[in-house]
Amino acid sequence: MAAQIFSAIFVIIIGVGGCVAYFWGANKLLDLVFPSRGVSGTAAVDNLRRQGMVRPWLFVGPAMIILTVYLIYPVIATLWLSFYDRGGTNFVGLANYEWAVGDHDLRNSIFNNILWLAVVPAACTFLGLIIAVLTDKIWWGTIAKSLIFLPLAISFVGASVIWKFIYEYRGEGQVQIGLLNAIIQYFGGQPQVWISLPFWNNFFLMIILIWIQTGFAMVILSSALRGIPEETLEAAVIDGANPFQIFWKIMVPQIWGTIAVVWTTITILVLKVFDIVLTMTNGQWNSQVLANLMFDWMFRGGGDFGRGATIAIIIMIAVIPIMVWNIRQANKETGGH
Amino acid sequence: MATKTGKSFVGRFGVHIAVLVFVAIWTIPTLGILVSSLRDKDQIVASGWWNSFASSSQSEAGRLPGASGQTQKDGKYVIEGNIFGDGPKREISAFGVKSSAPTQYKAGSVADLNDGVTLQMNADGGFVLSSPKAFEGDRGQRVYFASSAPPKFTTDNYDAVLFSEGIGRSFMNSLTVTIPATIIPILIAAFAAYALAWMRFPGRPLLIAVIIGLLVVPLQMSLIPLLRLYNGVGAFFGVPSKTYLGIWLAHTGFGLPFAIYLLRSYIAGLPREIMESARIDGASDFEIFVKIVLPLSFPVLASFAIFQFLWVWNDLLVAMVFLGTAPDQIVLTAKLNALLGSRGGKWEILTTSAFITIIVPLFVFFSLQRYFVRGLLAGSVKGG
Repeated sequence: MAAQIFSAIFVIIIGVGGCVAYFWGANKLLDLVFPSRGVSGTAAVDNLRRQGMVRPWLFVGPAMIILTVYLIYPVIATLWLSFYDRGGTNFVGLANYEWAVGDHDLRNSIFNNILWLAVVPAACTFLGLIIAVLTDKIWWGTIAKSLIFLPLAISFVGASVIWKFIYEYRGEGQVQIGLLNAIIQYFGGQPQVWISLPFWNNFFLMIILIWIQTGFAMVILSSALRGIPEETLEAAVIDGANPFQIFWKIMVPQIWGTIAVVWTTITILVLKVFDIVLTMTNGQWNSQVLANLMFDWMFRGGGDFGRGATIAIIIMIAVIPIMVWNIRQANKETGGH
Repeated sequence: MATKTGKSFVGRFGVHIAVLVFVAIWTIPTLGILVSSLRDKDQIVASGWWNSFASSSQSEAGRLPGASGQTQKDGKYVIEGNIFGDGPKREISAFGVKSSAPTQYKAGSVADLNDGVTLQMNADGGFVLSSPKAFEGDRGQRVYFASSAPPKFTTDNYDAVLFSEGIGRSFMNSLTVTIPATIIPILIAAFAAYALAWMRFPGRPLLIAVIIGLLVVPLQMSLIPLLRLYNGVGAFFGVPSKTYLGIWLAHTGFGLPFAIYLLRSYIAGLPREIMESARIDGASDFEIFVKIVLPLSFPVLASFAIFQFLWVWNDLLVAMVFLGTAPDQIVLTAKLNALLGSRGGKWEILTTSAFITIIVPLFVFFSLQRYFVRGLLAGSVKGG
């Protein structure tokens, strides 16, 4: 273990030192190759121009190399692999996609993912908005927000343990140590094994993600609400609008853009949801989702990279509309700057 | 801003209640594992954690001493003593002598058994059994009683989990993964962000568009090719394919688009005059970056560092693909996932381990919340 700590510290020094050395050294080298001082006027101007052409690439170079190796190349390679067999060596055409269309597990995963997409972003945004509005009205709102925001720092695995404890089931007649079953039993209901009830278990898993992400929606929406001009709200009050009308007809339309951003951010997260399903059910009892199914295919029985890649492509296809919208949005804002 | 909307007392009261309910729902789950991790492992399964501050009551059975312990007093035969002997003391609320009515008599009262035999049992466990006739036989009177033990909190679970379940080692592994994977991307991203914000070169708009596109590319798209690449590199050089270096670089790659995006939008917003006056004074881009841009960008660098730290610390997927599961490599999240499988019903282990995994993020979160929120706002309001 000491060796491990030592090597970690060593790598931090090497990594950071290497980065600094690269940027500093490359910059120095550029000054040496195209000197701008101590040469005649025109040569200096020429060299400055040349420096200006090369230097940006020195700055973005490392980032471009890493992005290419870790994101751009893999995206292309995954598309490529989806046309190959399990080992990634023999071309099989569309066989993986044909399998995907007919596979029961995959169909179940897509159905569940759609369910997640329909519920989680909407629930987080709605709850986040309600809480943002309510906490703005009370003196201890900041503390309340902090506490609701807190689960965002907790890992999905940690949150899964937390909620698994709440869903814990003990046989009938025994003391229920899971909060949910204890409450159900207190009111005379029947304790249930919540995470193995097909179909409904999806919702019990979704609650975990909603619990984590509502704080995110709340913070973003709360800051957007603060941006609504005071006069607008005052005018509405003077016109006799009640709180519900103010909420639905003034506040919500004013922050529509922010709501869309929160919604899409959580949508992307939901498409990739993996940890919660792996730790709670591992896809049993019809709770499988795409990301977990893909992980399964990557390693099950030595792994099937072709099918795994195909599932990744399905997730990617779902993300593409959001990606295009984002790029357009950004271009509009900066004007291609 | 909205103080005027909740005019009525009822309305304002309702808001407080509603927020209180939300706060309760959002904090009670975490409180549950914190409290449970500090409880005695037998008590965790005996009662819900919400009862842990009350005394836990249970039904017990015992046997009084036999005839050999009797003494004669006032013409009666008496057996005296304490039902708990030298064991841990509990408080008795009621007792009985029949299994069908184990709590027939209140503690302190005198129970009339047949033939003039009486039994008195006090709350502290002391008893007096008396009879007009001598007791016979070694088997004493059977008694039943309801006792309550005071709440017991202990850090035993933490000792057990940290040192014998391997969580302590995983904690170190998580730190080993997280710290370099947080620091390395910052520098690389900062240089790229500066170039994209303030330097003119062909292809810059395209590069920015590519980075914004990469922001949303699912991690899943990278896993299989990178796994193959790592296996290939490992085989070619005859080194293991699952290494810390591999995961540091992977996290750097996955964190870069967001880092560049976040830093670029901040650095692009720095005042142009500062840069230009520095340039007129003869400073090169490198000097401007190091002496002006980096110090001014501290808040956004801190924001990104917190994001990346939390993301890497909490990550399970990347760790499961690019690191091994041996004790010298398994990180906390993966270890917790493994414990869920192998220690399924052992809640004293699971709750304690879970709390250890979330303690660092919670600390970072509470101490640096300001930067975290700022980064969240800058990172998502503009794009995605």
